[in-house]
Amino acid sequence: MTTPTLTQQAATAGIDEPAPYAARIDHVSKSFGRPGAQQHVLDDITVDVAPGEFVCLLGASGCGKSTLLNLVAGLDKPTAGTIDVPGSRPALMFQEHALFPWLTAGKNIELALKLRGTPRADRRDEAERLLELVRLKGAYGKRVHELSGGMRQRVAMARALAQDSGLLLMDEPFAALDAITRDVLHDELTRIWEATNLSVLFVTHNVREAVRLAERVILLSSRPGRIARTWEVDIPQPRRIEDAAVAELSVEITEQLRGEIRRHGQH
Amino acid sequence: MASTETTTETRNAADAKAAGARGAETAGLEAGLDALETQAVSRPPVLRTLLSKVVPPVVAVLIVLALWQLAYHFELKAHYQLPSPLDVWGSLREKWLEGTLLSYVWESVSRGALGFAASLVIGTPLGLLVARVRPVRAAIGPILSGLQSLPSVAWVPAAIIWFGITDATIYAVVLLGAVPSIANGLISGVDQIPPLFLRAGRTIGATGMKGVRHVLLPAALPGYISGLKQGWAFSWRSLMAAELIATSPDLGAGLGQLLDQGRVGSDMSLVLAAILLILIVGIGIELLIFAPIERRVLRSRGLLPNAR
Repeated sequence: MTTPTLTQQAATAGIDEPAPYAARIDHVSKSFGRPGAQQHVLDDITVDVAPGEFVCLLGASGCGKSTLLNLVAGLDKPTAGTIDVPGSRPALMFQEHALFPWLTAGKNIELALKLRGTPRADRRDEAERLLELVRLKGAYGKRVHELSGGMRQRVAMARALAQDSGLLLMDEPFAALDAITRDVLHDELTRIWEATNLSVLFVTHNVREAVRLAERVILLSSRPGRIARTWEVDIPQPRRIEDAAVAELSVEITEQLRGEIRRHGQH
Repeated sequence: MASTETTTETRNAADAKAAGARGAETAGLEAGLDALETQAVSRPPVLRTLLSKVVPPVVAVLIVLALWQLAYHFELKAHYQLPSPLDVWGSLREKWLEGTLLSYVWESVSRGALGFAASLVIGTPLGLLVARVRPVRAAIGPILSGLQSLPSVAWVPAAIIWFGITDATIYAVVLLGAVPSIANGLISGVDQIPPLFLRAGRTIGATGMKGVRHVLLPAALPGYISGLKQGWAFSWRSLMAAELIATSPDLGAGLGQLLDQGRVGSDMSLVLAAILLILIVGIGIELLIFAPIERRVLRSRGLLPNAR
């Protein structure tokens, strides 16, 4: 099932579209520290995210998945290789909601709209529409501290969508939520992804979450992060985290992930 | 569900149907979770707030007055050195009847307000510069925080030599007292911003001056406000020191000059009355202006304990 990214590119290049990818990560490496005492975090990563594709980057701690996301977001520069994100600045969601507590839920979204250049007259309606999309109608005037954890992440999702970027980067956005809330947000994310033509690059250490959400799961090895294996997930949406097919593939991926982790204990 | 043999067409139809049912189910579940996890924010009733916040300080003041009256009664000091509360009240009344009391208060308050406003205009960009520009911070950060421990009354002789006994002397002393406080408040406010806010701001496009305006300043507001509070306290203190020393018939008479008038006339009742007025104005402005602003900002961010 390992699919080299080259065939992916060939498949998408045939379709007549302005850009054949929503993000291209081309032989990217990243090291931190002074020359001589460097720590290699990412090593020769090549991934294309097709327009409208949902890709999960999966890995144990130390695989550099958040670093990679920061590079794609443009918050940091790669040591080698190139990253190309056509179109506007990608939207980014964090594990913490990162909403601004001095603004209401609605105004948080409006700030993103304003910075994107939406005319003042349209902002309010657009913010209400986005809140409705994440099923938070009526939360416009709510302060961040008045919302529950799940609601905050949904407002954060609406704020990310307000950027109207073709690419949504998600850095373990549901890791801090309880299981039921996380399930609900998985459903919401799948629904919104299907309703829009958004490309998603989702980082997680949770195998089942990756299989529940993604069309393609990329397993990274740790220290340095390299692509260990890629799976195409051929289970129709909407999936459920407890579906047998999801569980089956999760077992297979988990085995491989454990193998990757075990290697580090051997020397 | 994972059958690979179904044609895409029937699969899509089945999916759409399943998605509809699942969507409704998710929406219901979500509404339930939202209702369970949202807490009603209630504010305590006004009467109880009044009882718990107003009664204790009033009682404390009454106790102090009683002790004062006792000290007067047993003549701990001679009466001309320690007048009774009623004597002080008499002095205040006398000035009120002369029609000059409010002009003393107004003279000082207007000077204080003007000096504070000028400090605000200077201290805010200065604080922002020190907080955000590393070389500037390395150069003047320590000096700025050191200046806070220098009593501004120490500047009075220097200011008199530079400007003579004029309003300029008074304002110079007020500025030297308040500007460092305001700048330092803003610096610590900026330092306390969670880095996540700045990252989130950058990803939604708040960079450069937009980042300062939409993320940095509002995020630093709580620290900035406590800097303003302290800045006001410093300007009021510095103002009194300056007025007390820089007295001249040409200069408008404020509370500091009233204090000096009492000293010159060995009128202890007047001295105590002036001290009382200085205290009342200082506390009054803090309570009427700064405390409500601070409470509002903290409550709206969920940072007040009683707002939960």
